Amino acid sequence: MVFDEADRIATIELEQDRDVVRARSRVADAMKECGSSELMQTRFVTAVSEVVRNALTHAGGGTLAIYAMPNKRQVGIECRDCGKGIEDIDAAMADGFTTRRGSMGRGLGGAKRLSKTFAIDSSPGKGTTVRMIGACSLR
Amino acid sequence: MNAAAIYAVEGVLLVSITSDITDTDIIDLQEALSKRIADTECRGVVVDISALEIVDTFVGRVLAQLTSVARLLDAETYVVGMRPAVAMTLVELGMYLPENHTALTLSHALDKMRQSGLIDGLRRG
Repeated sequence: MVFDEADRIATIELEQDRDVVRARSRVADAMKECGSSELMQTRFVTAVSEVVRNALTHAGGGTLAIYAMPNKRQVGIECRDCGKGIEDIDAAMADGFTTRRGSMGRGLGGAKRLSKTFAIDSSPGKGTTVRMIGACSLR
Repeated sequence: MNAAAIYAVEGVLLVSITSDITDTDIIDLQEALSKRIADTECRGVVVDISALEIVDTFVGRVLAQLTSVARLLDAETYVVGMRPAVAMTLVELGMYLPENHTALTLSHALDKMRQSGLIDGLRRG
């Protein structure tokens, strides 16, 4: 999945937890602009919240880019970090996988279920990039 | 703390959470609420999340923890004001919040707590 044809409409540096709130709110605005239903907006903003928080807690920060897609009924995001990467992506995607005590490990798999398209690119030492597209309606 | 406020209402503690609450705020809230429960000896807590546009796994986990801590302090917690879209999203995430009682509104939660005797005769013993 690439966003070559898409318009980048915002870039948010993820440095502190206040930035997670900013990221959510900017993506919510973008979904509203393309006429999203409340449910589709809630689902995608929740997915974005999960991956953005991952970048902050596991990699100490990153960058979120938000895209208006050529299909006007969709919003894309790319969340990139320079953390230590994920060794076993399949394991990390599974419900119940967690590297932290007290966490339920539903974040990454949940984000995939809540987005229309989901791609993750990560290798140890090279950071992690998650790209997702959210649809504004089910049709 | 201004991202969340705790009010004493009709013998319960009402926690109101604003939409821009951060992860740090919500952990501060957990501490402040535990102290208020112990200080006031209240037996019911109502957490109003109607201002929250989303509840992700982090917030869901904190709500569960908040409830567990309150229960150890002999108080029951009701989560109220959940938006329908939030409920549907939580189920997709596989988060059913089994620890939490839920009620649609504050007044429903108060009714339920009155029925279970958590409000009348607030003081213990």
